[in-house]
Amino acid sequence: MDLFGLFGKRKEQSKNVAKERLKLVLVHDRADLSPKLLEMMKSDIIRVISEYAEIDKNGIDIKLTRMKKEGENSPVSALVANIPIIKVKDK
Amino acid sequence: MDDQKKGKAIVITSGKGGVGKTTTSANIGTGLAMNGNSVVILDADIGLRNLDVVMGLENRIVYDIVDVVEKNCRLKQALIKDKRFEKLFLLPAAQTRDKTAIKPEQMIELIDELKKDYDYIIIDCPAGIEQGFQYSIAGADEAIIVTTPEISAVRDADRVIGILEAKEIHNPKLIINRIRPDMVKKGDMMNIDDIVDILAIDLLGIVPDDEAIVISTNKGEPVVMEEKALAGQAYKNITNRIMGEEVGLLNLETEEEGKLSKILKLIFGK
Repeated sequence: MDLFGLFGKRKEQSKNVAKERLKLVLVHDRADLSPKLLEMMKSDIIRVISEYAEIDKNGIDIKLTRMKKEGENSPVSALVANIPIIKVKDK
Repeated sequence: MDDQKKGKAIVITSGKGGVGKTTTSANIGTGLAMNGNSVVILDADIGLRNLDVVMGLENRIVYDIVDVVEKNCRLKQALIKDKRFEKLFLLPAAQTRDKTAIKPEQMIELIDELKKDYDYIIIDCPAGIEQGFQYSIAGADEAIIVTTPEISAVRDADRVIGILEAKEIHNPKLIINRIRPDMVKKGDMMNIDDIVDILAIDLLGIVPDDEAIVISTNKGEPVVMEEKALAGQAYKNITNRIMGEEVGLLNLETEEEGKLSKILKLIFGK
């Protein structure tokens, strides 16, 4: 019996919101990396890469996530960076 | 060594306050004693003593844990015998002192002493991860993490699991407390799998949010003694698992769903 369906009022389950938020804070908690520190890392990474290439600053996505490592049971923290390169600089 | 009994010290911890550590400690301790084990439940929450009232033993306190550590009395003098079970004892916290009154080394010594004479030492850890937490886990062989299906409680549980690992207390077990099957069913509360997935530790048991707990706490009688209460059954199962038995998880969902869907079926005919 689906009461939401019955009354035509289907909304997102709040537990999924909780889960996603929780996963995100735990990634930072576990790596002992604050959003502020991540921001600092991010700008350093961008600065270094900018020396070699012209990058699309709006398309940058750098975040901390959890990843399963080959042959290991528990996931490890991973920094995933997606940095679109417009043009490699001539050196 | 054969005639010297070697008990097991289990710390009940959570990080976050108010998730049910004290209630869990009282019920696990009582449950173990109901099964014939000799048990000391140790209230480590110095300054905020509560285990005594939950156990209904508040009128019997003469000495407390700080008196023992400071050698104002012998250990046996401070142990309060339970009214109901022959082999169940409470070591109360001091109420007028603070968490600086005990050092981790003193706790280790105290627990080693207790382990000679009792099967289980259940340590009711204070909230937080500061001094009180540090001395509470110092003498523990194992840990039980209590959480509720809320973001804040699960987050703190995760933090505590990390600290325990660093302190070499491995494989802590999880109790998820105050589950509301009606909310879980609607998707408005994280379910058991959600939480176990996130924390990635073994589940020791689940306890429903049950009025019977409030009532039994009012009376100072641990709910585990209550055959008919769902929460009582839950703690009984947890106790049995601690003793090494395989017990299936309490099925909260179907019990609740049973009533609800029966009514819905009556109304909607489906």
